[in-house]
Amino acid sequence: MPLSNRHLLGLQNVPKEDIQLILDTAITFREVLERPIKKVPTLQGKTVVNLFFENSTRTRISFELAEKRLSADSINFSASASSVSKGETLKDTMRNIEAMKVDMVVVRHSAAGTPYFLTQICKANIINAGDGIHEHPTQGLLDMYSIREKFGRIEGLKVCIVGDIAHSRVALSNIYGLKTMGAQVSVCGPSTMIPKFIEDLGVNVIYNIDEAIQENDVLNVLRIQLERKAREYFPSIREYAKYFGINEERLLKNGKDILILHPGPINRGVELSSAVADGMNQIILKQVTNGVAVRMAVLYLLGTLN
Amino acid sequence: MKIILKDVKIVHPQQEEIKEKTNLLIVDGVISKIGKLEKEDNKDARVFELDGKVVTPGFFDMHVHLREPGREDEETVKTGSNSAANGGFTGIACMPNTEPAIDSAQVIELIKKEAAGHLVDVYPIAAATVGRHGELLSPMAELYESGAVGFSDDGVAVKTAGMLKRAFEYSSMYNLPVIEHCEDESLAGGAMNESINSTLLGLSPIPSVAEDIIVMRDILIAEYVKGKIHIAHISTKNAVDMVREAKKKGIKITAEVTPHHFTLTDDAVKTYDTNVKMNPPLRTRADVDAVITGLKDGTIDCIVSDHAPHSPEEKETEFEFAPNGIIGLETEIGLSLSELYHKKILTFEMIVEKFAVNPRKILNIPIPKIEAGQKANLTILDLDEVWTVDIDKFKSKSSNSPFDKKLLTGKALGVINNGKMFFNDEFIDI
Repeated sequence: MPLSNRHLLGLQNVPKEDIQLILDTAITFREVLERPIKKVPTLQGKTVVNLFFENSTRTRISFELAEKRLSADSINFSASASSVSKGETLKDTMRNIEAMKVDMVVVRHSAAGTPYFLTQICKANIINAGDGIHEHPTQGLLDMYSIREKFGRIEGLKVCIVGDIAHSRVALSNIYGLKTMGAQVSVCGPSTMIPKFIEDLGVNVIYNIDEAIQENDVLNVLRIQLERKAREYFPSIREYAKYFGINEERLLKNGKDILILHPGPINRGVELSSAVADGMNQIILKQVTNGVAVRMAVLYLLGTLN
Repeated sequence: MKIILKDVKIVHPQQEEIKEKTNLLIVDGVISKIGKLEKEDNKDARVFELDGKVVTPGFFDMHVHLREPGREDEETVKTGSNSAANGGFTGIACMPNTEPAIDSAQVIELIKKEAAGHLVDVYPIAAATVGRHGELLSPMAELYESGAVGFSDDGVAVKTAGMLKRAFEYSSMYNLPVIEHCEDESLAGGAMNESINSTLLGLSPIPSVAEDIIVMRDILIAEYVKGKIHIAHISTKNAVDMVREAKKKGIKITAEVTPHHFTLTDDAVKTYDTNVKMNPPLRTRADVDAVITGLKDGTIDCIVSDHAPHSPEEKETEFEFAPNGIIGLETEIGLSLSELYHKKILTFEMIVEKFAVNPRKILNIPIPKIEAGQKANLTILDLDEVWTVDIDKFKSKSSNSPFDKKLLTGKALGVINNGKMFFNDEFIDI
């Protein structure tokens, strides 16, 4: 059964069957990554462009690696976010790239909705690699993959997303995906970093990190994005770390074996203490490996649709 | 030249009603006779068989961006005036956020020169502060003398309460209103209304309170200095409620609304269509309902387009980077008739008040009379014609409208003013 949509713009409205299919397919590719020769010929002859209008290291490398493991030809295009005053418009950039006959476009952009905009102006399959503070669907998928790998299921689990929910593209993709898969989702962070209408999505809001630890099976801890003006939203890093940071004492105090995810890069000593970041509960590096497998699954499923 | 508008229904809220269909004889741009016409009247006259269509005093849009000087690639005084004529207007007031801003007599002279000889009268609204920067009062006396009909820093609110107080005090010497774009800078700066939709779409939010707080500030200052305030493009429930209360208290306050704020909600943003990106942003259903109530009970005095032309390359872009605003001169009468008149929210007389009477009252411009001996300044409408919006047929130089292909009921058939007529897509000297 193929995917129901030829683009992956976000996890909003992606049916359960599609998520299931991607996660199941990723298991196969995860196995490929453990082989001595980590390459399959699946997307031979397909061309994928990684269109990155915003700085990204791990997501870009992860996609690039996934493309190479599938034997696709990949091109990287990096540019600072376009605007009319700075030169070529996004529409012109896209048309130029399309004229080079690409099959798939992986796009990262600081403006929400850009992947959707690209679907209106070009024919390639579009994969959202993060658009502003909107969605980052492959991150949501790899988080779900990692949770499922650990617990064997997603349904019925309690997952809390911790941190700057309002300025995170990871949060929304996690909320959509996890809820579709039957998890109970809550968010925890300073109230200035919780979007005003988030509860309308069927998400509980917790302001006390200890409570969040006690009540959940999984904490998906977001990076405090210091570059995104986040500093205007809380008094100090010290205060954030003290009231929302996760450290060993806090985990011990709550006496709970809890799974900790983090999309990286970590601000050590802010949202996670170094001990926790390297400790028993986390699977942060596993997430990175799983990310390649999940992106291979997405590229494969979209690339072989037509 | 002689023309006859035959079998028309005259609607003028300030004149005694003529119940039956009648005829208008216009000679050299002046109304010569109303009523039964003699054989002699018909001689050499061009007759327009209008069979029950409606004639009103010329409609007036008091919130238009003409982009000249500065962005003549998007709109000029001339193309904007053509757009107004095609939309059913005989007069417009143009906003001062040009480059340079309308903050000197020279810019007003330029606009007047470009507008001269056109069917549509163009009245400049001048900046309240130099460059619209909110730091120094604009030369209001000189601007008034040159022809400014109001003051506004539109695009932004007058920056500080102190400066606004002085703007009221100074402009009151000439009885001109200060027209305020109500938006608190520290709360605004986003891409769409703050709601569940902004969260879902990942677009930076503009809370409705950004508008409310400046409306409140402005009302308090207007009350304190007895200033004349006009609230531009009102869009929130709280703002409508505050204006209603202020009117009850006798404060000299008026307000306007755009058709997009009484027809669309922020649900329209779901496809990231940059043609629904405007400022103030599209709000929620509760706000739209409040605005409609405000139109009905008279809290909102007039309907304006906030006609804001933008080039395609500026609009066909990432939502967050796209400029705010849509064009509206050529759709606003159709939208108002469809959504307000045909849905029985406003009577047609009320529509005429909001389009022809109230804007002129606010700006101290005489209201055209439909009487023998008066200059003909008229809009001709078919209230029941069903038509489809086609942006390719617009006279505006720009085409950034979310209403393309929309089916509407009721439209302006033509306009007459300054010895000219626009009818059937052409200008005719009469």
